[in-house]
Amino acid sequence: MTSYLKIDHIDKSFERGGVRTDVLKDVSLTIEKGEFVSIIGHSGCGKSTLLNLIAGLTRVTSGAILLGNTEVNAPGPERAVVFQNHSLLPWLTVYENVNLAVSKVFAGKKSKTEKHDWVMNNLDLVQMAHAKDKRPAEISGGMKQRVGIARALAMEPKILLLDEPFGALDALTRAHLQDAVMEIHARLGNTMIMITHDVDEAVLLSDRIVMMTNGPAARIGEVLDVPIPRPRDRIALSADRTYLKSREAVLKFLYERHRFVEAAE
Amino acid sequence: MTATARKAQPASEAKPLTEPVMTTATVVALPKPMRSTFRPQAILAAAARNIVPPLVVVLIILGVWQIACSHPGASLPAPSQIWTDSADLITSPFFNNGPQDIGLAWRVLISLERVAIGFGLAAFVGVILGAVVGQSVWAMRGLDPIFQVLRTVPPLAWLPLSLAAFRDSNPSAIFVIFITSIWPVIINTAVGVRNIPDDYRNIARVLRLNQLEFFFRIMVPAAAPYIFTGLRIGVGLSWLAIVAAEMLTGGVGIGFFIWDAWNSSRLSDIIVALVYIGVTGFILDKLVAFVGTIVTRSN
Ligand SMILES: Nc1ncnc2c1ncn2[C@@H]1O[C@H](COP(=O)(O)OP(=O)(O)O)[C@@H](O)[C@H]1O
Ligand SMILES: [Mg+2]
Repeated sequence: MTSYLKIDHIDKSFERGGVRTDVLKDVSLTIEKGEFVSIIGHSGCGKSTLLNLIAGLTRVTSGAILLGNTEVNAPGPERAVVFQNHSLLPWLTVYENVNLAVSKVFAGKKSKTEKHDWVMNNLDLVQMAHAKDKRPAEISGGMKQRVGIARALAMEPKILLLDEPFGALDALTRAHLQDAVMEIHARLGNTMIMITHDVDEAVLLSDRIVMMTNGPAARIGEVLDVPIPRPRDRIALSADRTYLKSREAVLKFLYERHRFVEAAE
Repeated sequence: MTATARKAQPASEAKPLTEPVMTTATVVALPKPMRSTFRPQAILAAAARNIVPPLVVVLIILGVWQIACSHPGASLPAPSQIWTDSADLITSPFFNNGPQDIGLAWRVLISLERVAIGFGLAAFVGVILGAVVGQSVWAMRGLDPIFQVLRTVPPLAWLPLSLAAFRDSNPSAIFVIFITSIWPVIINTAVGVRNIPDDYRNIARVLRLNQLEFFFRIMVPAAAPYIFTGLRIGVGLSWLAIVAAEMLTGGVGIGFFIWDAWNSSRLSDIIVALVYIGVTGFILDKLVAFVGTIVTRSN
């Protein structure tokens, strides 16, 4: 089978001061090109760890991750990451933040004007072109996250990795950004993996929802298909049967079968 | 004493330097309204607030000093006596009557040239060494204790070794400045580099920035507030060191002038020179702080 991203029986454990903690145990998953996959699970179960493994920021303990036909063993711009807390460089403007990525990734491949156009194109995509000369400290949290997404998209990644991208935002801003991500996904057809702990967000955005059991040694408990046609509209969906059934399935998984035990962490 | 004074500085200096950086960010956002509200009265009022109080204090000190030292047989000259003895040094800082008879501003400039070379080298080497030490856990473990010991060595203690090594007073004085001012630069840079958030490092890794790109695009700007704290402490130490070193090595700098004046019992000249040294040190400190706020803003 020729799947786009193949996570093949990976384990991940950390060693700290001689104490070994198994975070992920025997995780396998394949993702097709253009798919939108959410990873949901209770806090501390290892979602970020899994995403960092795909990004290549940390190495697997055993098993392998394949993108296309190459093994992932180092980070790179073909697996762009949108970090949880935006992580824009505060001394650069919005434009310069995106341009840092563009000028590095397209060095020698695009002319100067092409690079400029590409930066602006991506800022337009997230509706942030108007703030291109502002510094991160001067824009709101939602705007920062938009710029973070623009920076990641500007790398033209094979796969976009989002680590709880809207976790720190208020409900209204969050909804706007979810719509923006859906629109970008529809327009560009990127492959996206998003971590979330918000059930509605997962169901609204995903083709498939990967549900993780609690740690330590978390595994994939269940994978749910969300067969809702796109474009999806959050208001229309609020009464949709498939939507409600998917939502219920995730809620049951999280709150009946894999209740979060506070003492576990 | 120098050791404790220096030890206290990094911590207490860290805040005043980082705060202006933050506030300037908001100033940048509002250049136009700011400019339109700048009225002459406002500037005068601000000047009055900042200049009048120290001026009053200086006048009071001069007055008390005058009264205390105007009786015959006083051990220090009174202000009026200083004026009669050394008016030329005060009023014409740039006169030039031959090799050893020049205005104090010339002497300060000669000392500043040595500081510029010694401190410039210390800044350059210090930032690079600090970056290496901050980047590597093992370099930190190995080198940090050594730096912590060496930085407590008083400037003049380096001078004999330095004279032995260079066999000439000018490079020795410059070396003393270098070795005195490099430690706070290294230590502060290393702390700044260690405090670079993991997220910035991860971005650099995703973008596959090479070492050089990482140094200039991420490390230096991210650590800039710390680096400038180190530079500011370093420039202060340089100025302390040069005056002391020149008293021993000779030459035409301001430090040697004081030594020379002491040997020929010109106490008034010494007091005037002290004022020059203090004002210059103050300006140096403000200059580095100013460059710091400009650089950390525009980077
Ligand atoms: N670098 C690390 N060293 C040691 N333990 C880690 C490290 N990173 C994560 N962990 C541990 O792995 C577990 C999962 O963390 P994480 O993936 O961040 O969870 P999530 O993102 O699902 O909230 C946690 O128990 C955490 O303490
Ligand atoms: Mg996480």
